[in-house]
Amino acid sequence: MKQTHTQYLIIGNSAAAVGCIEGIRSADREGTITLVASEPYHTYSRPLISYLLEDETDEQRMKYRPDDFYEKNNVTALLGKTAADLDAKQKTVTLESGETISYDKLLVATGSSPFVPPIEGLNTVDKKTTFMTLDDAHWLEKEVTKDTNVLIMGAGLIGLKCAEGLSGRARSITVVDLADRVLPSILDETGGAMMKTHLENHGIHCVLSDSVAKFEPSAAILSSGTKLPFDVLVIAVGVRPNTALVAKAGGDVRKGIATDEHCRTTLPDVYAAGDCAESLDITTGQEKVLALLPNAYMQGECAGLSMAGNDKPYDKAIPMNAIGFFGLHILTAGSYEGEALTEQAEGAYKKLVVKDGVLKGFILIGDIARAGIYTSLIKNRTPLSEVDFDLLKDHPQLMAFSKKERKEMLGGVKA
Amino acid sequence: MKKVYVNEQWCLGCHLCEYYCAFANSGMDNMVDALKDKKIYPRIQVEEGNGINFAVNCRHCDDPVCVKSCITGALQIDDGVITVDQDKCVGCYTCILACPYGAVMPAEGGKVIQKCELCLQNACGEPACVKGCPNRAIVYEER
Repeated sequence: MKQTHTQYLIIGNSAAAVGCIEGIRSADREGTITLVASEPYHTYSRPLISYLLEDETDEQRMKYRPDDFYEKNNVTALLGKTAADLDAKQKTVTLESGETISYDKLLVATGSSPFVPPIEGLNTVDKKTTFMTLDDAHWLEKEVTKDTNVLIMGAGLIGLKCAEGLSGRARSITVVDLADRVLPSILDETGGAMMKTHLENHGIHCVLSDSVAKFEPSAAILSSGTKLPFDVLVIAVGVRPNTALVAKAGGDVRKGIATDEHCRTTLPDVYAAGDCAESLDITTGQEKVLALLPNAYMQGECAGLSMAGNDKPYDKAIPMNAIGFFGLHILTAGSYEGEALTEQAEGAYKKLVVKDGVLKGFILIGDIARAGIYTSLIKNRTPLSEVDFDLLKDHPQLMAFSKKERKEMLGGVKA
Repeated sequence: MKKVYVNEQWCLGCHLCEYYCAFANSGMDNMVDALKDKKIYPRIQVEEGNGINFAVNCRHCDDPVCVKSCITGALQIDDGVITVDQDKCVGCYTCILACPYGAVMPAEGGKVIQKCELCLQNACGEPACVKGCPNRAIVYEER
């Protein structure tokens, strides 16, 4: 079987892979890069599949990088090919098609896969999908019409973006989740209640604190006994990191692939980044999968730099989410354990969480202006005693910083 | 590279920079038609309080966290200037969540974001805010 060699091999073609390519190329213009990805498409922005359903974007504009990206960066892109096996000792990856690629440095950016729970009767449901890929979006475009009743399992980020995306296409949309609120991973009770009302005002029916006990071909029977008829089912109850390649090769895998601050796995010359890998959440000190596009890019870039011999640690990872529904925006960051300062107004909610004298996290709904000033306080672990926190509580502003810091920020004075 | 820098000791808080910015980016020829009786959406914003005033716009960071965070690839850095392709932007506001200066904001209507592009993309050709500042409280220079 054919064997080729590349200096840098990347498995995956999303944000982490692109970050890696840009990281490598900022340090090494020459080294050969080969990219392998199962999906046959030019790199595209996965979160945009819901915007595609709304006709807010199209396949051309969804491209995460321009058409000439691989060419310009001198990348051999093997699209539509799946990596089947990693031999970390021989430093080779074998593809399902049988060919083998040897590498000097490898990035595993395999992402995650939707989790499909084993529920009685699910196999009898004819029209069902998960919501992760361009193909999923195209399938929904085809299957969902004005006569379609859609049931979505999962009121998290993916399930609700799918609901919004389909809202103009379907006859009805019902979302069911075991959690007692929508967006339980990023919102507290107050924020969740506010968003639930907003979603319901836009025709999304939310069934919470309940779950599907079993399926009939065109209906879900919930634990409460409620029967929900549907035509199309979307399963969005969570994702699982794609860790098998690294696990099988003997690398450390917890929930995600274990990595250090340079995104190195425990296998020599093998790196991991993006939704398949764990990173250190500096707001809690825990290693976890931060399945977020900006995090994926920055991990990928860090890995790429390190692979090209230019180590620059990625040590500022925090959870951060920007998401909006029907014009109402939510920006959140960090973690929520600590003293909470909250403020509510018509169409707006703010929660700041303080612990150990630093800002740990926040939730902003509605009024999201300049939120990044809060984010940077979290990332930099800025002692709140060094800023005018009363001003910041009111709204994010640079006035809260010292004159000296402002000179660095706005006056070009080097720190 | 030339950037817009702030001399906060000279800022009067007059907000003229905001008007010049909104006008330069309106695509219109006449300032009155462009701005009179309208809510303006400038890409530079003055902070005021207790005798201290200063204008804030994009810092055109060397290592821009907004560009790295952009989920669509709409934000890009080219020769040090950070621009947004509003045709690609879907208004997710990840960049607003990421920018440490609070210098990215929703454009009028909220469907996409906007930011200072140093007036290199509009008819002005150099920062209109700086040209219009009566006090050299903002300058366009190398530092």
